[in-house]
Amino acid sequence: MILRASLAAAAAVLLAVLPLLVNDYVLSAILVPWLALALAASGQNIVTGYAGQLSVGSAAFMSVGAFAAYDVHLYVPGAPLLVAFAVGGIAAAAAGALFGLPSLRIRGFYLVVSTLAAQFFVEWLFTKVGWFSGNSASGVITAPPLRIAGIDLSSPSGHYWLALGVVAVLTVALRNIVQSRIGRSWMAVRDMETAAIVSGVETRRAKLLAFAVGAFYCGIAGALWAFAYLGTVEPHGFDLDRSFQVLFMAILGGLGRLTGPFLGAAFIVLFPIALDLAGARLGGGSVDPGLLQTLEKIVFGALVIFFLVKQPAGLARLVSASWIQLRRPETSP
Amino acid sequence: MSKTRIVSFACATALVIASLSACRSRSEGTPSTTTTTASKGASPSEGASAQYFPLQSYRVGPYAAGGTGFFGGFIDYLQLVNERDGGVNGVKLVWSECETEYVVERGVECYERLKGGLQGAPPAAMNPLSVGIAYALIDRATADKIPLITINHGRTDSTDGRVFPYVFPLSLNPYSEASAIVNYIGQREGGADRLRGKKIAVLYHGSPYGKETIPIIDLLAKKLGFTATQIEVPHPGSEQQSQWLQIRQNAPDWVILRGWGIMNPVALKTATKVGFPVDHVIGNVWSNSEEDVLPAGPAGVGYTSVTTHPSGRDFDVLKEVDKYVLSRGKGNMQDPGRVGSVYYNLGIVNGILNVEAVRVAQKKFGNKPLTGEQVRWGFEHIAVDDARLRELGAFGLMQPIRLSCSDHEGGGAVRFQKWDGKAWSVVSEWVQSDRALLRPIIESSSLKYAQEKGVPVRDCEAEARL
Repeated sequence: MILRASLAAAAAVLLAVLPLLVNDYVLSAILVPWLALALAASGQNIVTGYAGQLSVGSAAFMSVGAFAAYDVHLYVPGAPLLVAFAVGGIAAAAAGALFGLPSLRIRGFYLVVSTLAAQFFVEWLFTKVGWFSGNSASGVITAPPLRIAGIDLSSPSGHYWLALGVVAVLTVALRNIVQSRIGRSWMAVRDMETAAIVSGVETRRAKLLAFAVGAFYCGIAGALWAFAYLGTVEPHGFDLDRSFQVLFMAILGGLGRLTGPFLGAAFIVLFPIALDLAGARLGGGSVDPGLLQTLEKIVFGALVIFFLVKQPAGLARLVSASWIQLRRPETSP
Repeated sequence: MSKTRIVSFACATALVIASLSACRSRSEGTPSTTTTTASKGASPSEGASAQYFPLQSYRVGPYAAGGTGFFGGFIDYLQLVNERDGGVNGVKLVWSECETEYVVERGVECYERLKGGLQGAPPAAMNPLSVGIAYALIDRATADKIPLITINHGRTDSTDGRVFPYVFPLSLNPYSEASAIVNYIGQREGGADRLRGKKIAVLYHGSPYGKETIPIIDLLAKKLGFTATQIEVPHPGSEQQSQWLQIRQNAPDWVILRGWGIMNPVALKTATKVGFPVDHVIGNVWSNSEEDVLPAGPAGVGYTSVTTHPSGRDFDVLKEVDKYVLSRGKGNMQDPGRVGSVYYNLGIVNGILNVEAVRVAQKKFGNKPLTGEQVRWGFEHIAVDDARLRELGAFGLMQPIRLSCSDHEGGGAVRFQKWDGKAWSVVSEWVQSDRALLRPIIESSSLKYAQEKGVPVRDCEAEARL
């Protein structure tokens, strides 16, 4: 236990001093999107991993968060950045609860289909109603200047600090939530709903709460994605592909584990870049980039299938199991 | 089970090691981290004396035809300058590519990867050829002081260089384009006053690019008295049955096609299917290539579109590309038959303007590799007149362009071309957009942006005095 705590502390210190060790490219093109997507995958993890509800609407909740945070900045001049983020999260939570309503009646695949509605409705709404994007001609919103309490966060390391701070606070909060009564009620619903009802868990409340909290996390992630990473976003930036991407991160990383979304997001963010770079190095620049990209997709798809077949419990389980084996070599076969 | 676990663990470890080593070598600035193609002339020792063009290209995905043609032409022109002239005043040009697939976050990642230069050669300008990526790069490129070139597209109000010092919608911004199309329709009707009471439908791509002209079309409709119906086609646009049924129901006199990629041939085919005369469909500047009409087959015959540059190989600059690049086996196009196509020639025009900016800037800052800030100065002082076009071998290929601190577009005129089933033929003289009408709208939009983002507005007159 002490070892684990010191390991966590070491990881925290490493994350905190990273801007001193790596260059702007790693900070702003790898670490910031990784943190934002890991947070979105955490939101998906709450709904699917902890509460056992299938949903593919996470990108919709990300866009609600991003657009609501932008609207606060636009229509409430002088509102602090973190307040805009919070409002974005709350708006996404409301949308999550609304689109979570069908979960009270239906489950499984039928629920997946009904959450698709969120995906299409939100994309349509932000494209159609110009008010949300400040009536900008192209429907694109741009990030406000990033400052918190007078501190300018517009540099790559500033973006990283912002994302890291927000994600760290929300991850610690999530850790506490899942260990509390609420988290236990989610897991009870996930493991066997009938048994949960019999033992007095308010399953309807637990499910709606899971959708709301999960969407809250996605909403904040969307605001981070738009403001701290891209600096701009259009409604179609949060399309169905993004929802699937987030779902894959949660599944690959390991459902129902705190570290899962972080590992899953690292895989999805890093792997295409690593393959691209490796391909360029191996090819020595003579290979057609288009061909490389196609090869990369094949390798990526094959690896995803491999991991899903051989490691269905996700990367988090793989890491922890390997950790145990490394610590107790005598017990390994 | 433990065996597979070990294999999985090995895979995951390999992934981490690969990424970390990639990041580390990136910090050291070695060239192997970029997907380097061509730039054969430059060895590492030459890097420091070369000028670098980072290319966020796309050769796969639904818009690959645009990406391969444009970047092929662009690279061939850079290669021509190296092969024929030994670079710009002795400064070799080098470049490398990073595949974006036209996806915004890949474009941002590529930008960050390439912006540091290549083997010591500083970047001259970014040319993403994607509105989405360009939008995401405005802040970054401005902070990094690298010009962001969005030829024939991009954010209209970035024409105002006072607010967007590093963004250049060269030759034609979306508002000018829409205005010129409406002016041309007016000509076809026999005068702008004949537009009153007419119905025009705009079929646009469901993306920031497609939506960009909605307000200006509405404004022109109000001013000239025609009715505008604007219909969105969701990305990528391979299904348009309901949109064309709506058009048939509405029975407009003209349809403006504001498409991109696969959406264009589908539009022409569907128009024929629902019985809308294709010679009353006017394509915009991204619906004007061979790749847009060839797949439509007979449905595309008679279709007319905007162009800022005629297609074909009958220009001196293309003959030189043939002589110095293609015949030496150094061409970039996988399909040499596409040399001289619309996208290819746009790449050539883009190459001419980028190199011209470097050349102009060298006059002020010396014949050496320049920083992005210096190249930006070069872009703002491009003055290509007919005489210069003849020197460049591009007379007839592009319009004269003069840029300034406050005007980052510089052109604003288009010609129209008609497809006969085999080739495009130019059917109009240069049609100017209503730039006087557009300028106040552009300025009010750019100043609003400046206020929203807290961006200082440049004083161009004061800068000119310096």
